[in-house]
This record gives sequence, C-alpha cells and structure tokens, in this order.
Amino acid sequence: MNEQSQEGALALHQRIQAGELSALEVLDNTFATIEKLDPQIEAFNCLTKDFAYKTAEEVDKAIKAGQRLPLLAGVPLALKDNIHLKGVKTTCSSKILENYVAPFNATVTNKLCEHMIPVVGKTNLDEFAMGSSTENSAFRKTKNPWDLSRVPGGSSGGSAAAVASGQTFISLGSDTGGSVRQPAALCGTVGLKPTYGLVSRYGLVAFASSLDQISPFASNVQDIAAVLQVISGADPLDSTSLQNVPPMDYLASLDKPIEGLKVGYITELLEAGLQPDTKAAIESAMKTFESLGAKVEPVSLPNLRYAIASYYIIATAEASSNLARYDGVRYGSRLNADKDILQMYLSTRAQGFGDEVKRRIMLGTFSLSSGYYEAYYGKAQKVRQLITNDFKNAFNQFDLLLGPTSPTTAFKIGEKSSDPVEMYLSDIATIPVNLAGIPAISIPCGFDQQHLPIGLQLIGPHLSEAVLLQAASAFESKTSLKNLHPQTLASV
Amino acid sequence: MAGALTTQTQYETVIGLEVHVQLKTQTKLFCACSTQFGVEQNQNTCPICLGMPGVLPVLNRQAVEYGILAGLALNCGIALITKFDRKQYFYPDLPKGYQISQYDLPVCHDGYLEIMGQKIRILRAHLEEDAGKLVHAGAAGLAGSTHSLVDLNRAGVPLLEIVSQPDMRSSEQARLYAETLRNIVRYLGVCDGNLEEGSMRVEANVSIRPLGSETYGTKTELKNMNSFRSIQKAIDYEVARQTELIDSGERVIQESRLWNEATGTTASMRSKEEAHDYRYFPDPDLRPLEISPEWVERIRQAMPELPLQRLNRLQEEFGLSEYDASVLVELKELGDFFDEAVEHTSHYKALTNWLMGDITAYLKNNHKNLEDTRLTPKNLALMVQMVDSNQISSAIAKKILPDLIETGTAPDMLVKEKGLIQNSDESQIQQICQQVIVENAEEVAAFRSGKEKLFGFFVGQVMKASRGTANPEVVNRLMRELLKG
Repeated sequence: MNEQSQEGALALHQRIQAGELSALEVLDNTFATIEKLDPQIEAFNCLTKDFAYKTAEEVDKAIKAGQRLPLLAGVPLALKDNIHLKGVKTTCSSKILENYVAPFNATVTNKLCEHMIPVVGKTNLDEFAMGSSTENSAFRKTKNPWDLSRVPGGSSGGSAAAVASGQTFISLGSDTGGSVRQPAALCGTVGLKPTYGLVSRYGLVAFASSLDQISPFASNVQDIAAVLQVISGADPLDSTSLQNVPPMDYLASLDKPIEGLKVGYITELLEAGLQPDTKAAIESAMKTFESLGAKVEPVSLPNLRYAIASYYIIATAEASSNLARYDGVRYGSRLNADKDILQMYLSTRAQGFGDEVKRRIMLGTFSLSSGYYEAYYGKAQKVRQLITNDFKNAFNQFDLLLGPTSPTTAFKIGEKSSDPVEMYLSDIATIPVNLAGIPAISIPCGFDQQHLPIGLQLIGPHLSEAVLLQAASAFESKTSLKNLHPQTLASV
Repeated sequence: MAGALTTQTQYETVIGLEVHVQLKTQTKLFCACSTQFGVEQNQNTCPICLGMPGVLPVLNRQAVEYGILAGLALNCGIALITKFDRKQYFYPDLPKGYQISQYDLPVCHDGYLEIMGQKIRILRAHLEEDAGKLVHAGAAGLAGSTHSLVDLNRAGVPLLEIVSQPDMRSSEQARLYAETLRNIVRYLGVCDGNLEEGSMRVEANVSIRPLGSETYGTKTELKNMNSFRSIQKAIDYEVARQTELIDSGERVIQESRLWNEATGTTASMRSKEEAHDYRYFPDPDLRPLEISPEWVERIRQAMPELPLQRLNRLQEEFGLSEYDASVLVELKELGDFFDEAVEHTSHYKALTNWLMGDITAYLKNNHKNLEDTRLTPKNLALMVQMVDSNQISSAIAKKILPDLIETGTAPDMLVKEKGLIQNSDESQIQQICQQVIVENAEEVAAFRSGKEKLFGFFVGQVMKASRGTANPEVVNRLMRELLKG
C-alpha cells in the first residue's frame, strides 16, 4: 500500500506545495503501488502515465517558479472509464467501445487539468455503469480490497477499489442510482453524490441522463469537499447544469459544530432486508449524532417502496435511447459490415453489448412503446414526483436524513450475478436520492463481523452539500473512521 | 341535377401539407457547427452532431426566435412552455439513433393562412433537427449501389415543421398555400425557401372522398416534389390514381409515395402500416423552455413587412396595378429594389416597367440574380429620371442598361463616356436631316408623291447618323417640315 495515502489528498497536496515532496515522486510512488496491487484488485482498465507525468512536471515547474498551486494540484486521481480524457480510450467497460478513443475532454477533466491533478488511469465499471457489483464489465472483475473474494460494489467499483486499496488518493465515478455511494460503502471510503446539475455531465457517457451525476471518492470527508470544490460549477455545454449557484467554499465550513442539527432517520430504510450488523451500525451512528448535539428522530417516506420500480423504468427508458447511437455506423465496433444495414446493426449490437445492457435496453424500449408509455413511463414519472415530494416534506422538518447506504456489506463475487432483481434491490437506499435529484454522502460507520466496512448515508435537500459535508465531517472526527485501508494488502 | 344522370361518383379532394423549412441560423440547432451549404462532406460536424458518446445538446436561441417569428406571421399561438422530445428510429443518417424534435408541446400552435379566400388552418409548427444525407455509391442511384456513404453536414441543422390541417380542396390551393408560405418565410428572413436545394420541403397528404361525405378517405403521403409546379402536378396525378382505384372497386393503401418528375407519376416507397413506433419521450438533456410574453412581444415588434402588407402598400402608396404589385411581392428582391429606388424617383410606373421588363429579361438571359449584379436602385432611378427629362431617349436607356447592370457606373457617367447624351440642338439636327434628304433623293420623291409610310425611314436614317443621340421629337418635327419642302 502507498504509505502516503495514510494522510489523505489535501495533506499530500500541502506537502507538495511546501516543497517537501515533488509531484514526480508522488507519481512514481503511486504507479509503484498500482503495479504492486492492481494485479490483485484489477481496478484499472488502463493507466495514463504519459498524461499523469506531464501534469506532474507542470506542478513541479510551478513550485520551482514559486507559484501558488491550485487546489489538489499534484494529487493522483483515478477516472471512471466512462468519463472522457482526450486521446485516451473511453471503453465504458464495453466491447462495443473497446477501441474508442475520446476526441475531447469532459468538462470535469478540463477542471482537473486546470488544477494540475494528474489522472493516472481509467477505472473499471459495470458496462455502461449498469450494475451494482462491477461484475458486468466486459473486461475484468474488480475485487473488494477488504476481501478479494468479494465485489467492490458498482457500478464505479474500480474507482472505489482504487481509493480503498490506497492506489490513488481520490477518484471520480458516476452515480445514477447509487453507483458511487454503494461501492464507497462496500469499500470503506467516502462517496458523495452531488445535487443533480451541480457537476457538468458533458463528457460523461450517458446511462440515464436525468439521473447521472459525476461524483467523487476519497478516504475522508475533507478530501471529498476539496474534490467537489474542483469539479462543481455551471457549464454552458450542459443545459441541465445548474446556473446561478452562488460560489461555495466547501472546505471552509467543515469544522463547524452541528449542535441543534435536526436529523431524521428514514424508518422505511431501517426495516426489512437490512443485515443485522448494518442495522446495528446505523443505530450506533444515530447515537453518535445525538452525542454531537443533533436531534435524531424518525421520519417516514411512504413512497420509497415504489422507488426501485420507478427507477428501473425511467433509467432503462433513457438508457435504451442513449445507447441507440452505438450502431456501428460512425465509431465503435462494427460486425457483419459486408452484409446489409440491418444485419450489421443486429450483429454489432448483439455482440457488442453484454447481457445486462441488453436487458435494460429491452426493458426501456418496451416501456416507451406505443400503448405502454402511459402505463409505465408516464406512471413512473408520477411516482418520481411523489418521491420528490416525500423528501420535500421530510426536509420541512429535518435538516438532513439518515439511513444505510446499502442493506448489506460486500457480497461474494458471483453471489447475485444470476439474479438481476436481487441485484437491483441492493440499491434500495440510494435510488430514491437520484430520483429526487438531491445530494447524499456515504461515509464509513463501522465494520461487520467479517470486518467488512459498513456505509452510513446522509441525505440533504437541494444544494445542501455544505451542510452534508459538515455533518459527515463531525461524525468522522468523532468516530475516527477515516483513511481506512485494509492492512492485509500491505503484505501483498 | 346533372350528377344524378350519371352513375359516376363525384369526389372531393382533401389535402394537408407538412412543410419543413430550414431556418437560416448561422449555427446548428444544438451545437456550434456552421450551417453553410455546399462545403466538403462532413466538414460541418463536431462530436455533438456526430452523436459521439458523452456529448450534450445546447439549444440555439436564434432558431427559437425564428420559429416564434414564423409562428406569429402564420397567426399561430406561441407556447408559454415548450419542450423537446426524442423521436427514435435507427437509420445511418441519424447519428444519435433519435431525432430531437417536439412532440406534444410545439413552439407554435393553431394558426392559419388565407388562400383563395379560404382559411387554411395550421395545426402546429415545431422545431427539430435535420438528419444527414446518404450518398449511394457503386451505381447511379440507390438501385444497384454497393454501399452508401454518410454525409452529416446537414445533421442538426434547424428545421421548422409547419403542419396544416387537411383543409385544402384542390391542387391549385395547395400550390398557392406552399407559395404563400415560401414568400412569408423569405420575407421574415428565416428561410431561403428553395425547394430545389431542399431548404424548403413539402409533403402532401392527399385523399379523396365522395362529395358531401364527413369522413376522410385513406390518405397517401407524397414526397420528393422539387418545385411548386410539381406539387400541383403530383397531387393531380395522385387524385386521378386514387379515383381510378376507388371507381374500380379497389382501395387506397396508406403509404408514402415518391413523386417522379421525369415520368410524372408517383410510386410507393414503403407501407406506413408497418410504420415505426417512434417511442417519443421528453429529452432529459434539455430542460423545458419557458417563453415569456415579453420575448414574444419583442419579436413581434421587430417583425418585417409581410407579403400581403407589401401588396397593399405598393398599390396604395405608389398606385401600382394589382398585377405589377404582385410581381414585385412574388420576387422579393425586385420588391426590395423598388422600395429603395423610389427614394430617388417618383416615376413609379416607369421604374416598375424597367424592373419587370428589360431587367428581368436581362437577368434571365444571363442566368443571374439581381443581387449578383452591380445595379443599384439609385442608378436605375437616375436613369428613369434622365429619360423623363429628355436627357436620353428610351432607346439609349436600353443601350446603356447592360453596362448599368454590370459595371455599376452611374447612368450620367455612362452616357457621357459613350457620347450618348441626347442632342436637341435644332441646327445640328436640321443639318443631319438635310443631308439625309440629299442622300435619298428617290425616297424623297416617292414620299412627296404620296408614299407617306416612308417617313419612318427618314427618321431612322437620322437616328442612325446621330448614333441615336438625336432627340426623336425634334427629328420628327424638323423632318416633317423639311419634307413638306
């Protein structure tokens, strides 16, 4: 494991700024760690050494010139392989984009460049971000660093495992129904899903456009706040990005006490299906918040039980449309090119997409079909509004809501892969947040009996990131559950 | 009743038109690519209009303004909230696998145009992006071609689709509707209205039904009409075809039919009965667009003169005949030219005659458009003034016209350069007349013995000798006096 990772990203950045460490040394160390650990973990689809070293050189040059570095400059970052870095493959862990080289930078990638943050590689994911275990990758199965026989969660499993194993300090994923928070919980890292529209989606390969949000992983809350500071902001290239959001300093308010904060625990999420160890950890977390001066009370969101059904109609409908462009005509793999256009389409898509992607395309195509639209898509949109209203009502009474991130800790590789519905249910606690477009954070709150990390989810109203981070930071200080890395890996 | 004497059923034609007009914005509907026509294949493309992974659309506000402007001119209501939807189908010229269009909340709704004294209702006008173009290779046409090439220059170019109600009852009315629409969008400056180049595309839904029937017959959709004339011809052909089918006991199949200009017939494209399910749904990449009444009002205030307004104004303000005015309305450049030229002359009729006569003929013979020449409204007006004040004759005016058109030199300069200023000097003209009389003694004798038709001959000789500069009135008067002897 990378020893530097014990201190976190901001601390590392400050040491680079102070001249105690060069960005090149940090990078050498990072790639040495990756070379040592990743053959076991398989978090990365590819490494981007040239790009990373170029950025590190810039950092060291700036230091030599006596310049003040931008936030997080020099801190290695891993990028989920569905976010574009110009000139590097964006595969989405799909055969259909196996050789697709991104012709432009995502807006977040441009922001990383401006901040001189070296991107060290592209991380594995469930194909097109569809899954909860990263087992749906066409290329490799990423392992959970805490137990290599278990999944890291998904779909951003590669980015979560990279941070949890100490290969990188920070990483970016994308969260459509929990794809950052759930793997953060399963890997013992912090993962934040920002308010929909706070981070530009331009250059993120779309899965479900109305739900997708680029989201950071880090080992502690302070680092998450720093990454959010770097990647958030209005973007003229993304019509759904939020305009006129006042500039925030997410780091400034982290240490403020949370006395008097009203926290509601969502009763529906503490009921059936929750692993006993997880339930105990969440209940203990509630006590911790009380000890910090917060008022913790139950709150009911009655429509949450329709969230999964609604989500799997909306997300698949959008996905079926977003993935229509992979037709073999302009880019990506093309099969049976010598046959007629229909044969080419059919072969390209039949062989280019994996089973889960095809399942979702078919589900989505069906629910948008003439005669079924109102019964499925139309109704799902209404349910989405009801769930949004449930949250609004709850936030009339509470500053934040609390619950588990995932009903279980990391499960075994292969355990759920034959039962899609069982897999879908593992997103029960995270999906409602995406439907409502509000922010939520997953932070470690303990371990189960097998020493697998448990995640606590805090949910806030629209644009409440500062308060969320403040509460998460207070919890983290109290519990010292931060910068967690499995000790077993050190001996690998 | 005459109809009662025959068993032949009388039919009524029912026509609705769907017109796509390409909006003349600088850039495409959802990206910054140029909309310029005629550049190298796939030059006007970027990751967004190529439908690359990870791109997002950003709406072109100018296109929305043009849409609203057209809607106002078509007497439409403008939506307070409009939104964009995805129309989904697979085709190689459609990069994203869906077209961004408008389904249930179009930007304009419920308008009308008055054609032949009848209101033709307009159901809606909505914005959408154009698709690309397939170029079939390996053979002359689609038939026999071995492969196809995709040109996406046009993909993403903004279109306004204007959908009429099935209110038209004759092919002539349909043609007039299309022409009127073309004139309106050209006057607004939102579209070139060029059917041949495809900046305006007209599809006709045609059906027939027994006269007096309340229900519609089965319609066919006619495509590929590249001129207003062919719209009328295609509908006429289709009405005759449908009449024959029904009279012989067969039925009309709902389908798209392609007009073939060469054969003057329509042929089936594909059956609409196995039509696509387009699976429309709101595009989650674009937020619904609110259109404020203030915005609409600003656009309304800035609306240029419409064809009908110009038609009335030209008659009322300048006393032009309805026919002359309609020609100047129909050919917008001529009308614009006229409006500028009247700043410099009040001889409106003469101006109109020049524009509609010699100038139009010159342009036609030389395959030119008015805007491609150097003729200025001021120069034309000056020339008209010079004719009126007898500085030059009409003949000389005709003589200098090509130079006036091609060089842009002022008419007074031109006649000076060429020595063509009208000569009214009586002593000089008398000299020429006398010389003509001396040189044509035989004709003079014949004239004096009663062959008065020869008078024109003498005048012609004088004009020739003076290279056309002699004032014809003076020539006439003096010659008559001299011949009297």
